Amino acid sequence: MKWNSETIVRQVLTVIAFSSIAGLLLIALFILKEGLPFILHVGPRAFLLSSNWDPANGHYGIYPMIVASIWITLGAMLVGAPLGVAGAIFLNEFVPKPAMRLIKPTLELLAGIPSVVFGFIGVMVLAPFIRAHLGGPGLSLLAGALILGIMILPTVISISTDAIAAVPSTFREGALALGATRWQAVHMVILKAARSGILASIILAMGRAVGETMAVIMVAGNAVKIPHGPLDSVRTLTANIALEMGYATGLHRQALFATGVVLFIFIMILNSLAGLVLRKKVRRS
Amino acid sequence: MTPPNSIKIAVESLSAFYGPDPSLRNITLPIPARSIMGIIGPSGSGKTTFLRTLNRLNDLKPESRIEGRVLLDGQDIYHPAFDVVSLRKRVGMVFALPMPLPMSIADNITYGPRLAGIRNRARLDNLIETSLKSAFLWDEVKNRLSSSAMRLSGGQQQRLCLARTLAMEPEVILLDEPCSGLDPISTARIEEALTLLKNQYTVVLVTNNTKQAARVADRTAFFLMGELVEVDETRRIFTVPRDSRTGDYVTGRFG
Amino acid sequence: MRIAPKYTQRLAVALLGGATLLTLLVLLFIILFVLQKGLPAVTWQFLSQAPRDMGRSGGILPVIVGTFLLPLLAIAIALPLGVGTAVYLTEYTRETRLTRVIRFGTDCLAGIPSIIFGLFGFIFFVVILGFGWSLLSGGLTLALMILPTIIRTTEEAIRAVPNTFREVSFSLGATRWETVLHVVLPNALPGIVTGIMLSLGRSIGETAAVIFTAGSALRMPTSVYDSVRTMAVHFYLLAREGLSNENAYGTAAVLILAVLGVNLTAYWIMNRFVGRHT
Repeated sequence: MKWNSETIVRQVLTVIAFSSIAGLLLIALFILKEGLPFILHVGPRAFLLSSNWDPANGHYGIYPMIVASIWITLGAMLVGAPLGVAGAIFLNEFVPKPAMRLIKPTLELLAGIPSVVFGFIGVMVLAPFIRAHLGGPGLSLLAGALILGIMILPTVISISTDAIAAVPSTFREGALALGATRWQAVHMVILKAARSGILASIILAMGRAVGETMAVIMVAGNAVKIPHGPLDSVRTLTANIALEMGYATGLHRQALFATGVVLFIFIMILNSLAGLVLRKKVRRS
Repeated sequence: MTPPNSIKIAVESLSAFYGPDPSLRNITLPIPARSIMGIIGPSGSGKTTFLRTLNRLNDLKPESRIEGRVLLDGQDIYHPAFDVVSLRKRVGMVFALPMPLPMSIADNITYGPRLAGIRNRARLDNLIETSLKSAFLWDEVKNRLSSSAMRLSGGQQQRLCLARTLAMEPEVILLDEPCSGLDPISTARIEEALTLLKNQYTVVLVTNNTKQAARVADRTAFFLMGELVEVDETRRIFTVPRDSRTGDYVTGRFG
Repeated sequence: MRIAPKYTQRLAVALLGGATLLTLLVLLFIILFVLQKGLPAVTWQFLSQAPRDMGRSGGILPVIVGTFLLPLLAIAIALPLGVGTAVYLTEYTRETRLTRVIRFGTDCLAGIPSIIFGLFGFIFFVVILGFGWSLLSGGLTLALMILPTIIRTTEEAIRAVPNTFREVSFSLGATRWETVLHVVLPNALPGIVTGIMLSLGRSIGETAAVIFTAGSALRMPTSVYDSVRTMAVHFYLLAREGLSNENAYGTAAVLILAVLGVNLTAYWIMNRFVGRHT
C-alpha cells in the first residue's frame, strides 16, 4: 500500500513541475499564433521598417516605436546604470553592516512602488519641469528615460550588490594587506572580479526597461513619430500595444500581437545576453 | 559457556561504494540477536558507513551502492522487493549528534508511531512513558512533555533520540557514536540504558571510545580502512586479540 | 600630477555616497509626495463607499476589494503549483537535464513583461476560453506571473531546512512524501509565506496585465466571472482621464500604503521566523 501512494505522489509532482514550462509554452504559442501570421502577411520589412502607423487605413509600420523603445531604454540606462552601480559599490564597501540592516529593507520597499505611481509623478512633477525649463511638450523621451531610469535603480542595485558581495573577501583583504586604500581595493580588484555580475545586472535592467508599460504611457507622450531629440514625444512598443488593445479588432489586433512578438524577441535576446555574460564568468573562475 | 544466540543480522561479503571508491571491502559479520555488538576502529575506517548499510540509510546518497548481502532474519534487505520503509521501523538508529526534531518532546516520540498508523491516544501516551523510562529520561521531563525538545541539554536530547527510536518498538537498534560530545554522566546513563536494552533488542554500537566498547559490548568488531580486521568476544579482543593491528589499536598505540 | 590615494578615496566616497543618497532621496520623495497629496483624501468614507460618477466622487470600496480578491485567487492557484514544483526539484530529483529545462522555463517566465501577460491573458482566458473580463481571467494570468517567485522562494526555503531533520525522519520509517509533508514543509513555512507576501505586493501594483484580463468594472464582484477593478487600474484611469486629481491621489496613497504594508510584513516574517528552528 505504501509504495502505491509514494508512486502517485511522485507522478503528481512530476506533472506539477511542468507547470511553468507549460505556461511559458502557452504564452509563446498564443502570442505567436496571433502575431506571426500577421508579420508574414504584411511582410517583415513593411512591418518593422515602415514609419507609417495608420491602422484605420491598413498601414502597420512600427519603426518609430522600435526606435523610441531603443532610445528610451538607452536613456534609462544612462541614468540608472551609473547611479545604481555607484549605489551598490557604496552600500557594499563603504557602509557599515548595522546601517545596512536599515537601508536594505528600505531599498526593497522602494522597489515595490507600482509603476503607475512612477508614471504619475512623472506627469505631475517631471513633465511640467521639463516643459518649463527645457521646452517642448514636457511629456517626452527625456521624461520617459528619467522615470524609467529611476524605476530600474533597485534592480541594478540589488543584482550588482549580489555580484559585489559574491567576491571572496580574500580578494579584498589581500588588496588591503598590500597597502591599498579601500577605494583602490574596490576599483582595482573587486570591480574587476564582479564585472560580469554587474554587467548582467545592467542587461537585465535593460530588459525590464524595455518591457515597462504604464509609466511610459503616462509620461512619454505617445506620439507616433521618430524622435529627433530628447524633448520629442514618443511612443514605445509597449505603449503602442497598451493604448490600442482596448479597441483593436481583426488585423489591427493582430498587429498589436505582432508588436508583442517583436517585444518578446527583444527581451529574450537581452536575457540570453545576460545569461551568457554570467556563464562566461563561471567558466573563467 | 553462554548458549549461542541466533543470528539477527548476517552481513555477507559486503562491499560499499561511493561512486567508484570502495568505503567497505568484503565484510562478513554475523550479528547475534539480543546482544550488543561493538564496532571500534579509527576515524575513516568505515564504521558509520557500515552502520548505515544496515538500515539502508545510505540509499539517500545517490552515488552509493553495495555488493554482497545483508540478511535480516534471513531476508536480504537489499532485494528490490524488500520494503525499505518497514525495514527502518524494525531497525532504528541513534545518530552521533543529538538530533531532536523541531517539535515538542512528546511529538518527537510519537512522530514515528503516528506515521505507522497508531492513533490511539492511550497507546501513544503509554509509548511516551515507557520509551522515556527505558532511556532514563522520564523523571526529568515528565512534567514538560509539550515543551520544545530543542530546549533540552545535549545529554537529554540524546536520550530523547534513544527514546524516540525505542518508541518504534524496533528489533534492532543502531547507535553511531552516541556519546561523543556528551558529559560523563549522560554517557553513563546511556550505557546503563543499553545494558538493559540488550535483553530485548539487538544492539550495534559504533564507538570511538574503546573503553566504552569494553564496558558495554558482548562482542566487538575492529574495523580498519574499510576492512573487518577481527571480531570476537569483547574480552578476547581486549586481552588476547589474534591480529597485531587490533592489539595496537586497543592499547592506544595508534588511532 | 598624481593625487594621493587618500584623496582619490575621499573623492570616490563622496561621489558614490552622493549617488546613493540621491537614489534614496528620489525614491523617498516619490513616496512622501504621494502620501502628502493623497492622505487628506483618505477618509473613512473614501475607504468604505462605492465610487460615484465614474470615480469623480465617492469612495473606492469595491476597488479595494478587487485589489485583494485578485491576488488571493492568483495565490490560491499558484501556491500548489509553485510549492509542488519546488518540492519536486529539491526532494525528488537530482540535477538532470530535465530539472535544468524546468529552471530555464521558470526563469524565462520571470522575465516576461506584464504587457505580454496581458496580451496572453486576454487572448487565452478572456477570448478563447470564454471567461471574459473577470476575476478568473485576471487571477489565472496573475498566477502565471507570480509562479516563478513562489517557486524560487519555496526552493530556497526548502534547501535551508537542515538535512539532519530528513535523516531522522527517514530513520524512523517515514517515506519521502511523509518527510516532506511533516518535517520539511512546516520548517520551510516562513520562507514560503515570505514568497507569498512578495507576490502579493507585486500583484497589488500590477496594472498592464490586470486591465486586459480583469477589466475595470466598478461594481462589487459577486462571482469569479465578474470583472473587477484594482487600485492600480483605478488610479491609472482616474489620472489618465483627468477625472479627479484628488481621488487619484487618494487612491495612490492607499495603494502605496498597501504595498508598503505587505512588504513590511514580508520583511518582518523573514526576520522573525526564517533561520530559526523553534
